[in-house]
Amino acid sequence: MNRRPFDPRLLRQVPAARGDLALLAFLGVLAAGLVVAQATALATLLASAFTGELNRPALAGFVAAVAARSLLVWAQGTVSARLAATVKAALRADLLGAVARHGPGWVAGQRAGQLATLAGRGLDALDAYFTGYLPQLVLSVTVPVAVLGRIVFADWSSALIIALTLPLIPIFGALLGWQAQAATERQWRRLSRLGGHFLDMVAGLPTLRAFGRAKAQTDAVRRMADGHRVATMKTLRIAFLSALVLELVATLSVALVAVPVGIRLLGGGLTLQVALLVLLLTPEAYLPLRAAGSRFHASMEGLTALDEAFTLTGAAPAPTTRTGALPDGLGEIRFESVTVAYQRTVALRDVSLTIRPGERVAIIGPSGAGKSTLLGLLLGFVTPTRGRVTVGGVDLAEADLDGWRRQVAWVPQRAHLFAASLADNIRLGVPEASASAVDKAVTDAALDDVIAALPDGLDTLLGERGHGLSSGQRQRVALARAFLRDTPVVLLDEPTARLDAAAEAAVLTATHRLVAGRTALLVAHRPALLADADRILRVDDGRVTELTPQPTGEGR
Amino acid sequence: MSEERPAQAGSAQAGSAQAAQAGSARAGSSQAGSESGSAQAGPRPAGGAPELVVLRLARPYLNRLISAGLLAAVTEFAALALMATATWLLMAAAGQPPLDRLTVAIVAVRALAVSRGVLRYTERLAGHDAVLRLVTDVRTRVFATLAARRGAPPRTGDALSRLVSDVEAVQDLLLRVVVPGAAAGLVSVLAVGLTALVSPSAALVLAGGLLVAGVALPALATALTRRAAAEVAPLRGALAADAVDLTHGAADLAAFGATGAALDAAQRRARRLARLERRLAVRGFAVDAAGVLVAGLTAGAVVFVALRAGVGGVLVGVLAVGTLSAVEIALALVGAARQWTALRAGLARVAPLITDTAEQAPGTPATSTDAPKTDAGPAITDGGRTGVEERTPPEPAPAALTTPSGDRGGTPDLRFDQVTVRYRSGAPAALDTFDLDLPAGRRVAVVGPSGAGKSTLAAVLTGAVRPDGGRVTLDGRDLGTYPPEDLPAVVGGLLAEAYVFHATVRENLLLGRPGADELALFAAAEAAGLADWVRDQPDGWDTVVGEEGAQLSGGQRQRLALARALLAAPAVLVLDEPTEGLDPVAADEVLAGALAAVPAGRSVLLISHRLSGLAGLDEIVVLDAGRIIQRGRHAELIATPGWYRDQWTLQQAAEHGYLAVSG
Repeated sequence: MNRRPFDPRLLRQVPAARGDLALLAFLGVLAAGLVVAQATALATLLASAFTGELNRPALAGFVAAVAARSLLVWAQGTVSARLAATVKAALRADLLGAVARHGPGWVAGQRAGQLATLAGRGLDALDAYFTGYLPQLVLSVTVPVAVLGRIVFADWSSALIIALTLPLIPIFGALLGWQAQAATERQWRRLSRLGGHFLDMVAGLPTLRAFGRAKAQTDAVRRMADGHRVATMKTLRIAFLSALVLELVATLSVALVAVPVGIRLLGGGLTLQVALLVLLLTPEAYLPLRAAGSRFHASMEGLTALDEAFTLTGAAPAPTTRTGALPDGLGEIRFESVTVAYQRTVALRDVSLTIRPGERVAIIGPSGAGKSTLLGLLLGFVTPTRGRVTVGGVDLAEADLDGWRRQVAWVPQRAHLFAASLADNIRLGVPEASASAVDKAVTDAALDDVIAALPDGLDTLLGERGHGLSSGQRQRVALARAFLRDTPVVLLDEPTARLDAAAEAAVLTATHRLVAGRTALLVAHRPALLADADRILRVDDGRVTELTPQPTGEGR
Repeated sequence: MSEERPAQAGSAQAGSAQAAQAGSARAGSSQAGSESGSAQAGPRPAGGAPELVVLRLARPYLNRLISAGLLAAVTEFAALALMATATWLLMAAAGQPPLDRLTVAIVAVRALAVSRGVLRYTERLAGHDAVLRLVTDVRTRVFATLAARRGAPPRTGDALSRLVSDVEAVQDLLLRVVVPGAAAGLVSVLAVGLTALVSPSAALVLAGGLLVAGVALPALATALTRRAAAEVAPLRGALAADAVDLTHGAADLAAFGATGAALDAAQRRARRLARLERRLAVRGFAVDAAGVLVAGLTAGAVVFVALRAGVGGVLVGVLAVGTLSAVEIALALVGAARQWTALRAGLARVAPLITDTAEQAPGTPATSTDAPKTDAGPAITDGGRTGVEERTPPEPAPAALTTPSGDRGGTPDLRFDQVTVRYRSGAPAALDTFDLDLPAGRRVAVVGPSGAGKSTLAAVLTGAVRPDGGRVTLDGRDLGTYPPEDLPAVVGGLLAEAYVFHATVRENLLLGRPGADELALFAAAEAAGLADWVRDQPDGWDTVVGEEGAQLSGGQRQRLALARALLAAPAVLVLDEPTEGLDPVAADEVLAGALAAVPAGRSVLLISHRLSGLAGLDEIVVLDAGRIIQRGRHAELIATPGWYRDQWTLQQAAEHGYLAVSG
């Protein structure tokens, strides 16, 4: 991994974090000073205690230093947690805002899942980075400097040894080290996540049971889990060994400092106070470096999340806010030599067609031929690579998209239902709609019997992604949305795909009611849907050909 | 010369926010999870507190665990002793005694310095070894419990990964809570005892400081973490739902002009969460601050009291430095307490899964090895990587396994007699007084719209669902009297949601009939239309199909599942939607191939929503709302007005119309 411990993009992209970051650095300097102060006070206290006397000022100084350190720990924690919260909130706003700015075309596919995870729980991994690693990283710079600075004045020869051995920690760390440890740690996590295919077995239990193999497989699970244990221990032996080497390097360095100090003390060449100071302070110089190193892997997840967030928001094309002319939904829709090319495929090739107001046009063709792209163009989710789409003479690429979309209702193949009440889901396009209007849309969409069967009726709260409704019921909710919107143009994308016969019949009736008297584009693969069409277009491999309307519904 | 323990120091400081996070994540998932089957766990499982259940299971490894705990204690104590001895050495040296009076201390410091690192290394290895052995047991038991349960195991990926992390909670409980906690307690007691030898009053002060650091602060941390988790979890859950809605529903929101409102709501929530997290951090880190304060104050007080009590100057120094180390070690309990709080929800979920088998199999390894030993060969193993030698079964499968498939008693007559299934009392019956005769050799299809009761029928046949009324018999013997392990050899086959294991194609197929030879494999694969694909693979039968069969297309998965069912060749073959996910042409081919591959004399029960290819069957039964609405042969049914004819016309038109238009 090429991870640097700090991502400089943070300063650029989250300006609100700058203040707290600076504060954190300042607190790190203070903390280093207090480490030195506490050790100095304790050394003085103990040196006088050697003679049996209680040095009250030193005791007071020690207690004061401890109290100040305690406050500082609290401040560091609070500031770093505040920083984490700020950064997370800002990145969440950025990520979700990017979705809003760039539109559904940008979010589609895998990116949607990644964004949802990241903006949801993924960013919470930053807590460990900001509260655990970052303060330690600051200390690993400030504390050794402060310790060296203090010891130089007390005993320069000890300071020299520290200065020479200190770099051994990062050097050995890099050699052995942190990267390898992080890698093995990651591998260990992965191994345990797989749990020796424990997960696979549990997921496949119904199948094992279906073949009467479930109990027999228990033994296999044990063997695999045991093999997994052996492999894990192998990994751990190496990981722990590198930690051992680092610890020995630090201990031996401290010994290198302490032995001459002891000998000089014995010879009377050094005061006890200085000797104690060196003894108390020297380990402090090595500690933060090792602590930061050993915590690096724990912060990796946070850094990865951060990197993902910056990459996602940074790579997006510049948003285009448009306040162009408003197309008239009752005007003519024209595709003029429209070509749409995606990264690997060409969805539409040089398509020209005109749809007159009030015309109902069915679109058929094999899946992947470009049917949905036609609708995407009209919704403004997709922009033509070449050519243009006009509505009432206004080019959609320069039109007031929000205003245009207000005149369009869309029933997608699989409508997304939100974790809200059923009524709010229906009111999606018209939040201020009256209860009676919603009721009418419900009746028109043949949703009334569904709602009657629900305990809370329209107020029933849906689970995430509309959990609790069947496919047919979801489609009828989507139709109800469209009815409530009551727009001159409706776009339907295979509204009866994946429905069984009974559900299809209900949706078909409602669809029939919806398209009556409106300009409608209807992607269809079931013959029953073609009955409503004035024209039938066939899309194949990105090209559109007109079919003469024909009686359908019977096999040919 | 000493250093503190990096690991514990890490968890102590970073702990508050991290533990709050982990706690809330787990608390959040526990809310989601309680509905999906773990509800019966309740807050208190039968075996007592979940921690006790785990410890009881740990009994075989008690010696290992105790030695790991002792090693941990010795390691911590070595750190303390190193610092104390080094201080003694310096302060004694200041008195400029002859060098030989210091020799023992010098040797001790050197020994302690080196041994501390080595001890820690041994301790970590010993602890992990013991705990990983225990986790092996836990996994086995959880699996055995789930296997013995009739209900469906968790199905969603979320619930599954939660199960895995719950098992890991056991590991964390021991490695991060019990072992370090015990070590810290032991060292504390030892430190107080040694101090008492020097000065009882100083020992009293130290004991007070240790009680605050090791009892009061951890208790406070537990309470705060629990409350923080309870406050944060719902908000984080809601925010995650917002994120899903804004991304997966982006198109819907944009099309209906609702993006702005949804975005505002989500951002308001994100800001509210940030405010809450900031507020909680102020409380949470106060505990860490108090820990630093307690360590320093105790050390100061010890110096004060010891000097008052007339303790010698050198020993005062030793006591002061030792106190600082001891309190710091005790503060590790704060981190342990946070960990423990975060782990509780997971432990509570996993405990009942461990206890269920605890009584029935006290010596799990012994009892479970003799029975499955014989057929352990073809068991699915580790993706074909670690289990190379196990991949091809060395010993032939025992005859007992293959005989039920007909060689012995022939195909039994299957009868449904007035079978009624109701999932909830008061709900409409999923299957309503269903009658069906399937004498040996007969081939019947059950068709109908979705939700008509087809899958319930399959579940009744496999014993997953017991009828509420009526009975299902095989040659007059009630299906319920068959042991669950024996039934599949008689009635079984391809059921809904057939799973493809992360293993080789061969292993996946052999699951159907352990010990089947190459010829049988090929015959089954050929019939299911999988053979060509297998031949095309460089590794042939040994091709590893990825996690959850990811390397396979949907169609190939289905073919593999079908081939497995054909290989299993139970006397009564049940095929539940065998051509799901295949295009019409392939579906017709595969269904015909599969039906042809079933030897005459065996019975077939085909469950399908697709009506194509049923012409050769002896009878077709149309189910609707749990009742039979039509029955007869294909030719008769398409000649009679009714659901079958309508659906047949519709499907034909859809498929052929579609083919004609797109072809």
